[in-house]
Amino acid sequence: MTAAHTIHAEFRGTIGNFVLDAGFTAPAKGVTAIFGPSGCGKTTVLRCLAGLRRLPDGLCDIDGDIWQTPDGTFLPTHKRPLGYVFQEASLFPHLSVRKNLLFGAPGGPAGPEAIDFDEVTDLLGVTPLLDRSPKNLSGGERQRVAIGRALLSQPKLLLMDEPLSALDRGTKAEILPFLERLRDRLSLPVVYITHDITEVERLANQIVLMDKGRVIASGPLSELQADPSLPLAKASDAAVSFDAVVEAYDAQYGLLTLAIRGGGLFVPAEPEPIGAHHRIRILAADVSLANEASGPSSILNVLPARIVSGQPVDANEVLVVVALGADGGGARLLSRITRKSWDVLGLHEGLNVFARVKAVKLR
Amino acid sequence: MFDNLPPDIWTPVRLTIELATITTLAVLVVATPLAWWLARSNAWYKETISTIVALPMVLPPTVLGFYLLVMLGPSGPGGAIANLWGARTLAFTFTGLVIASIFASMPFVVQPIRNAFVAVGERPMEVAATLRVSPWRAFWTVALPLASPGLLTGAVLGFAHTVGEFGVILMIGGNIPGKTRVMSTAIFDYVETMQWREANILAGGMVAFAFVVILSMTMLEKHFAGTRA
Repeated sequence: MTAAHTIHAEFRGTIGNFVLDAGFTAPAKGVTAIFGPSGCGKTTVLRCLAGLRRLPDGLCDIDGDIWQTPDGTFLPTHKRPLGYVFQEASLFPHLSVRKNLLFGAPGGPAGPEAIDFDEVTDLLGVTPLLDRSPKNLSGGERQRVAIGRALLSQPKLLLMDEPLSALDRGTKAEILPFLERLRDRLSLPVVYITHDITEVERLANQIVLMDKGRVIASGPLSELQADPSLPLAKASDAAVSFDAVVEAYDAQYGLLTLAIRGGGLFVPAEPEPIGAHHRIRILAADVSLANEASGPSSILNVLPARIVSGQPVDANEVLVVVALGADGGGARLLSRITRKSWDVLGLHEGLNVFARVKAVKLR
Repeated sequence: MFDNLPPDIWTPVRLTIELATITTLAVLVVATPLAWWLARSNAWYKETISTIVALPMVLPPTVLGFYLLVMLGPSGPGGAIANLWGARTLAFTFTGLVIASIFASMPFVVQPIRNAFVAVGERPMEVAATLRVSPWRAFWTVALPLASPGLLTGAVLGFAHTVGEFGVILMIGGNIPGKTRVMSTAIFDYVETMQWREANILAGGMVAFAFVVILSMTMLEKHFAGTRA
């Protein structure tokens, strides 16, 4: 029905007076974030994917496995090879951490691709907790055990419903690196629900934007971030995220050279091996535009680019999308400049400019 | 104090313990699935069933005993069942007492178990399903262990209520020595025949039993509240 290696889901129905009409297709690899305000129906979509809620008019095709069709096929949750991480850890209070972790683990010999117990406990930092009771764990520890429990059931798809939203800021910061490691080390597709854009920027490869029960856009993260017609680009903290590759390290000044499509960036950072992947984020407010490369400046990153579009966001400011490279064939950045600068510099679509990137955020 | 007691004074004690034990086990088998259904079903007639189960809690034991007598008697379904092994009736038999006690103690067992299942909530069962555990296995490995304080409370209440039942037993048991005369009816008999000492021993035992039951229930609840917080 659909191409292989994709997740295809469509759910339509009325719940109380809420109308859900959401459908999306995403690659069955990496992290697909479903992003939207509270009450937009994200969790309902995830519950439908898991089979925890049944909307009769639903279609669910996971990499060729049909879990639900509108004509009545419906695989019950316990027959779907998925893992589900709830907002609250929901550990079994009557079982130890180890027994919680192994609760859904299949018996018998593990296949070569199986997710290994020691690897997971190590990755999530829960090895010292194994013989404790969930009652004596902190919120962050509980959520890590819950993630491990879902992984050890050997799922083909991991569903996460705002796994960090019940945690305080410090605990969030403690768990995010674990999730990044999971994404980078395990080849497991993840559907991740959140209303927090920073989680999306750090974790997602693809994004599905939802509002009021509908999907308003879906696609690769940086593409949607740089689409001026979508709310992401219009936000005051709009940014574009990239997976950059480490090209060189200047030990004398402590600068990493990172390659993105159509340009290179110098970023002050700790040394990293050449070829390593690094998630970076460039805020629209940190990119200014100039007609020429111009004279000496404290800004290291001055990249040739071509203006793709410029749209006023309010009476004072213009949101400009530029594509890197003199031919405009590279990655797209957002730049937020004043309307006056737009007029004084004589900027217009198709013009070649220089994008001056004041700061690059690692993470 | 225990000298020169009639040799048959301990028979009602034994019968009472047997009756309460068998009744409690039988009630648990019926009440647990019923409580599970009451806790989770959305059927419109759910509360009607719940009310019928709760009726014995409110009805005078004589009313309950009367209907049970009709039901277990020769012209009721109990009589038909008794015919299977050549008997005429289930009334005035130990089996009849067990059946009557099951009905009489059912509400005391169903209610705490139902509350425990409600308190467990949907989430643990959902988690189990997402871990590829079938609903049947999840019931045994998740729902039952999590509801165990409620099951324990139900069992204790059912046992204690059966030990303390008098009216229903008198109505359908007939107070036959060695067969259907349990402690509560034996005390009645001893008082009627002015055997105050024997009545005192049995009654005192019942007081001690009730005290231990209530105290241990309170302690258990405290214990569970501490470990499940």
